[in-house]
Amino acid sequence: MREHLVNGNPTLEQMPLGTGVSLRAAGEWTVHHAPDLEKIVMRAERQGAEGGIIIDVSQVARLDTFGAWLIERMRRNLTRGDVSPRIAGLSADYASLVEEVQRVKEGDFRKKEPLSIVRAVEAVGRSVVEIGGTLLGLLNMAGSILYAMGHVLIHPRSFRLTSTVNHLEQVCWRAVPIVLLITFLIGCIIAQQGIFHFRKFGADVFVVDMLGVLVLRELGVLLVAIMVAGRSGSAYTAELGSMRMREEVDALRTMGFDPTEVLILPRIVALIIAMPVLAFLGAMSALYGGCLVAWGYGGVQPDAFLARLKEAISLSHFAVGLIKAPFMAMMIGVVACVEGAAVKGSAESLGRHTTASVVKSIFFVIVMDGLFAIFFATIDM
Amino acid sequence: MPDTINDPIIRVRDLTVGFEDRLILENLDLDVKRGEILGFVGASGAGKSVLTRTIIGLMPKRSGTIEVFGVNMNEASEEQRRAVERRWGVLFQHGALFSSLTVRQNIQFPVREFMKVSERLLDEIAIAKLAMVGLKPEVADRFPSELSGGMIKRVALARALALDPEIVFLDEPTSGLDPISAGDFDELVMTLQRTLGLTVFMVTHDLDSLKTACNRIAVLGDRKVLLVGTMNDMLASQHPWLQAYFHGKRARAVVA
Repeated sequence: MREHLVNGNPTLEQMPLGTGVSLRAAGEWTVHHAPDLEKIVMRAERQGAEGGIIIDVSQVARLDTFGAWLIERMRRNLTRGDVSPRIAGLSADYASLVEEVQRVKEGDFRKKEPLSIVRAVEAVGRSVVEIGGTLLGLLNMAGSILYAMGHVLIHPRSFRLTSTVNHLEQVCWRAVPIVLLITFLIGCIIAQQGIFHFRKFGADVFVVDMLGVLVLRELGVLLVAIMVAGRSGSAYTAELGSMRMREEVDALRTMGFDPTEVLILPRIVALIIAMPVLAFLGAMSALYGGCLVAWGYGGVQPDAFLARLKEAISLSHFAVGLIKAPFMAMMIGVVACVEGAAVKGSAESLGRHTTASVVKSIFFVIVMDGLFAIFFATIDM
Repeated sequence: MPDTINDPIIRVRDLTVGFEDRLILENLDLDVKRGEILGFVGASGAGKSVLTRTIIGLMPKRSGTIEVFGVNMNEASEEQRRAVERRWGVLFQHGALFSSLTVRQNIQFPVREFMKVSERLLDEIAIAKLAMVGLKPEVADRFPSELSGGMIKRVALARALALDPEIVFLDEPTSGLDPISAGDFDELVMTLQRTLGLTVFMVTHDLDSLKTACNRIAVLGDRKVLLVGTMNDMLASQHPWLQAYFHGKRARAVVA
């Protein structure tokens, strides 16, 4: 017994005692020995015992919640009928601790989880409801924004110009460098690929047609929309979400302000102004990049490039691209604000909704682009 | 073990802490005795939280020594420091529960990280700890965002107690609780101190807590500890700030 106390390792010895058995616990029954303790206790539980059992804890050097609980668990598992083992040799210090853990009831430990099939069906059902909820949320937010716009048109003084200009700086002015850079590179790549493949047919110069139509009609605005969704849409969601978490939105409402008008409208207006500007700059930058590559890599002189570009594209190509921009901006803004408003208390929820905001707005922007393509084809534009 | 009953469990000597050109604590000395509940008071901004955070190693100090369990934290190796950290628990002012984990997972987290314990025992211990802080097992699978302020404090205390620490640091445990819950919380701390043999370092402004729960009170002011002693010592002191604090309008009803 002595060496157990010295090295502190917990032990449980079974000794006959009259007609029953005495289980003698010794050593340190603490969290640091929890894995060993559990094994010891389970072995004792398996062995069981006939007759009266006494759990003797007088030799226990230290006891904490883990040890106390394991002794209590052993006591419960060795209970036969109405006869439960007696715990003996408990010092006054530890008695209250054991009393404390004795109050814990059985059957509380594990959450009852439904069958996996039920859970799978439940998950499918939840996702369907969620999709419905997303569409409803979008409609709801769009309606709320239109209402706020109407209110602002009737009372122009309630429009938040300062806030709008601030957001305009964030989403437009500060986005210019990265938009220019990325569209420039994309323009270069399209031109290089075009020249590389068209050269086989001796049709190098048609790269200008491809570049002009592609960039002005589709790619320019789409690329910018994706970048804006990733850059500004996510920021909107995170801002609104954390404001909701800190009850700032509720504070606004109690002061008699409409959060849509104060927080959301300036952001959406800024985005609607920013998108066409960025789309235009992006398209120009892509054409510029394409022109440089066509000159350096394909040997197309800049004045020949320009002349060809004039023939290849018309104002309608340019218009098709720019008409789409504000609608895409509206879409991104609405999705971002819906997600921001859906954030609940936790940091994880904020992250999840910010991700959802970017993924959903890119998805909707591409769907919208497809619908526009059908529409413009139908009206011959 | 180097720490005997009479040795202070925390010994702070000549501690100086500052931000840039501003000193928050200067040559501060403080002893916390094993098994006591030490209440720590001081004006807002006097540096109570700074001292707590410095002792638990979240803030750098300019000079001085901090000994916990007889281990000098300046000279301690990484391993020794870890071992000390496992023997204390911290209750942050706003709970600091992990918002992406359920209550059960929050309580199990330190145990799971430090020990190899079976899932079954982890679950049982989580429920036992919840019972200890006076919460029902139903709470176990809720997320922190679904809890009330008082419940968050209790769960945070359960998490701080997860590894059966010898010291707990409580940063304003009763702030934001109604007087009844605050009273219950004091009771709880006292019960745990008795059953687990805890040493409690409690930063508080709650005069009721100071009166009922604390064995000793330490007062922080002028960048050092002004006075350490019992409630009677506090009441007897002639220091103007202490006079104002313990004989002010709000104090009269409590200490009278």
